[in-house]
Amino acid sequence: MAVFSLEGSPKTPTVHFDDATGRLELKGRSIPENSIEFYKPLIDWIDHYARDPRPGTSLYVQLEYFNTSSSKCILDLFKKLELVRATGNEVTVLWHYEADDEDMLEAGEDYQAIINLPFKMIQIEEVDGK
Amino acid sequence: MLDRVLDLYNDLERHRIMLSFKGELTPELVTALLGLVERKMDLIERDQRVRKRVFNVVMECLQNLYHHNTQRAEQDLTAPRTEEAQGVVMIAQADKGYSVLTGNFMAGGDVDRLKEHLDHVNALGPDELRDLYKEKLADGRYSDSGGGGLGLIEIARKSGHKLEYGFVPFDTQSTFFSLNVNVSA
Repeated sequence: MAVFSLEGSPKTPTVHFDDATGRLELKGRSIPENSIEFYKPLIDWIDHYARDPRPGTSLYVQLEYFNTSSSKCILDLFKKLELVRATGNEVTVLWHYEADDEDMLEAGEDYQAIINLPFKMIQIEEVDGK
Repeated sequence: MLDRVLDLYNDLERHRIMLSFKGELTPELVTALLGLVERKMDLIERDQRVRKRVFNVVMECLQNLYHHNTQRAEQDLTAPRTEEAQGVVMIAQADKGYSVLTGNFMAGGDVDRLKEHLDHVNALGPDELRDLYKEKLADGRYSDSGGGGLGLIEIARKSGHKLEYGFVPFDTQSTFFSLNVNVSA
């Protein structure tokens, strides 16, 4: 197991998954045409992490934009984390949205409604690393 | 042909077209067009929420065009590339907002299914659209393009208006599909 790190691009988010701290970050934009391909290694990493997770895991989602083809993949990330939680570990999603971006807040609430994980909605001035 | 250039320019000017593109889309072109839209919107639109909605609608529309063309190319590897495989996109300023217009050729046999989907989306109010979005998001199914049929629902949510569309039969096999998405400022 190792830290999983990807630098952001105009269409893909910055990823930093740290198994030592249980802090998982997804920041920037997620608007690739080939979302399934992009998210596969992320989902595989969490699969692996789920075998020996930290007692507390936090997923920081700080997205400025995401497309509908990413939305299903992001749901799959959450579902993997549901499994981590089901084995008695603490998992929290910290969903960030820019001030005035009610649409992004709503998108977080949509996930919250269909995923069995505690969400914290956090308003920020601006998404990091634009 | 040469004098048509000025006609074309005047047409684009009269319809307040901010950006227009006709051709085959690649991921790189989609990125470039989105970059242009973002820069233009930064200059002319003060409301961040409107800027983001327009960006979202343009993004989903361009990716619809891209996936459609890709699918066609995969199905039809031996067929010569023709103009039918291309799409057109225009972004125009309207009286109280923006219009995102796209057009592409599609298989005539798929028209009924798409029309049914569009009519269904158009029959729903904002809360019902949100429920349908959540339902489709949660069903765990992926479509060929990965979105699982969420694209037009999301476009309608971001637009806040009914989706305007048209189908014009082109030949025995294909139909031209055009879509106009309005976003209020």
